Amino acid sequence: MRQVRIHGRGGQGVVTAAEMLARAGFLAGHEAQAIPSFGSERTGAPVVAYCRFDDAPLRTREPVLAPDVVLVQDPTLLGPAAPFAGLSPRGLVIVNTTSDAPAVRAQAAVDDIGAHVVTVPATSITMTHLGSPKPAAAMLAAYAACADDITLEAVQAVFRERFPGRVGDANASAAAEAYAYVRAERAATGGGAGLPSGAPGTTSTEVSHA
Amino acid sequence: MREVLEGSQAVARTVARCRPGVICAYPISPQTHIVEALSVMARTGELTDCEYVNVESEFSAMSVSIGASAAGSRAYTATASQGLLYMAEAVFNASGMGLPIVMTVANRAIGAPINIWNDQSDALAMRDAGWLQLYAADNQEAADLHIIAFAVAEELGIPAMVCMDGFVLTHASDVVDLATAEQIDGFLPPFRAQQVLDVENPTTIGTMAGPESFTETKYLQHLRFLDAAEVIDRWSTAFRESFGRQTGGLVARYDPDSLDRNNLAPPGDATDVTVIAMGSVLGTLQAALVPLRAAGVSVRLLGISSFRPFPELALREALGECRDVIVIDRALELGAGGVLTGNVGRALAGTRSRIHSVVAGLGGRPILEASLRDVVARERAGQLGRLEFLDLKTGGVPVPPVGATEVAR
Repeated sequence: MRQVRIHGRGGQGVVTAAEMLARAGFLAGHEAQAIPSFGSERTGAPVVAYCRFDDAPLRTREPVLAPDVVLVQDPTLLGPAAPFAGLSPRGLVIVNTTSDAPAVRAQAAVDDIGAHVVTVPATSITMTHLGSPKPAAAMLAAYAACADDITLEAVQAVFRERFPGRVGDANASAAAEAYAYVRAERAATGGGAGLPSGAPGTTSTEVSHA
Repeated sequence: MREVLEGSQAVARTVARCRPGVICAYPISPQTHIVEALSVMARTGELTDCEYVNVESEFSAMSVSIGASAAGSRAYTATASQGLLYMAEAVFNASGMGLPIVMTVANRAIGAPINIWNDQSDALAMRDAGWLQLYAADNQEAADLHIIAFAVAEELGIPAMVCMDGFVLTHASDVVDLATAEQIDGFLPPFRAQQVLDVENPTTIGTMAGPESFTETKYLQHLRFLDAAEVIDRWSTAFRESFGRQTGGLVARYDPDSLDRNNLAPPGDATDVTVIAMGSVLGTLQAALVPLRAAGVSVRLLGISSFRPFPELALREALGECRDVIVIDRALELGAGGVLTGNVGRALAGTRSRIHSVVAGLGGRPILEASLRDVVARERAGQLGRLEFLDLKTGGVPVPPVGATEVAR
């Protein structure tokens, strides 16, 4: 089973991101589930949503407590939302930020955690293409650039289906740019960042990195 | 076609394919997405031959549903929590008048204190309203149950609530395989009202019944309700044969080891402890109990699919020789214990069963697999009390983090 937790703020499309991630995972051939959590329903309030992939139908309804992958849609949450909590030791954290991985670790006060940190300026990429700060497609594309769970094409397809026309197309092109950005970033760092290939049925403890 | 859908969308599309003649609802979290989706379908014409009526309150929503059903239409509504309480008087009237309205309840806690999150206090507060109450374990079942609910309600002349855990199911996206309109047309008979208000032949329904006849009226209503168990079982069996899915029924049995839902699973043994639950926690229990079984713990799982009528006979049959029971209860009867537990206790009266009640998931508290496994382990060790509250924090009411609440102004 692959477990994903998404952190963001009300209005950033966190719940939509989880749903789109489940749809993209389903398109990629997995069983999938998205679970939003709801707080005080205010713009700007911290929001968390969860997603699971597996090869067998998903039964559990508990929140994701031990994620393999964490997406942080707003870097101001690195401290207060404790996005690294429960993270698998070999997990993957993708942060929407213009700063780099060491800065993210310092901000989250997690210098000693073995997870891979990938950064992507998803908001600025999305502003260029879409013109509004809803970075979900770019974040999911960054995830696709790091793991085989989903593909860029699946991310683009589910956004085009959900938002037909200009909005879907803009999300798809933002996704393409974010994907290319993370691919280049990985190439520059020797490709170390990213979950290994393999079915989501692989448990996090069995995951190994090149 | 298998697809990923939000639970509310799955329910709305299935309800639309059941061809309701009148939909009247007032939005309230976590039911809102269902009625929003249906109102869009009515506006765009995707939902044909259906009048969507906007009203100012839940009381009016149920009143319009009563009028629509009495005038000969298949009527549908949906609500939750305070909305269900606000329409309570009309809810009782609908069943008293024998009108087969179908209503989705997106289960939510009841205030005060204000809480928009899930538990089952709302529908269970209406347990004596004379409505059928069918509970969905997952979103596939939530969608499918509406088809069964219309069929059963209309055969019996008894209204039906389809209860699904708010947010946990309504707002979760899952892989579902919805029945098509053609499939539903082939399964669900067209609505034929058993009583219709007719201006050519004026009659009154819901009229006065004095002391000379009220008891007999209620007695006959009770007998009709007792028929419901057989009718629910029959339609659920027909659904399984038509669609190949185990849905609804009275009691859900689960395979001892795989924990797959299996209506042919054997009854319990005297050495077993059986966990009884209702709604979406059944999925979490399936996941939680597999490793316990693999470790040799003799634990079984049973789901209550029909809370009204309460399936006393089917429950006893499924328990078999098992006398150790844990009820996971998502509603609290203050001063007494779990609501479901009380019904299980009445069903098992005289069986010398040892029943433990575990109140869990109130007001949206997540129910965790590890906590459920701990409950079973403590029962096996003889350490589980008669009434416990899952993951109860001690030392007073916890204070939410700053910014997470509107309480401190």
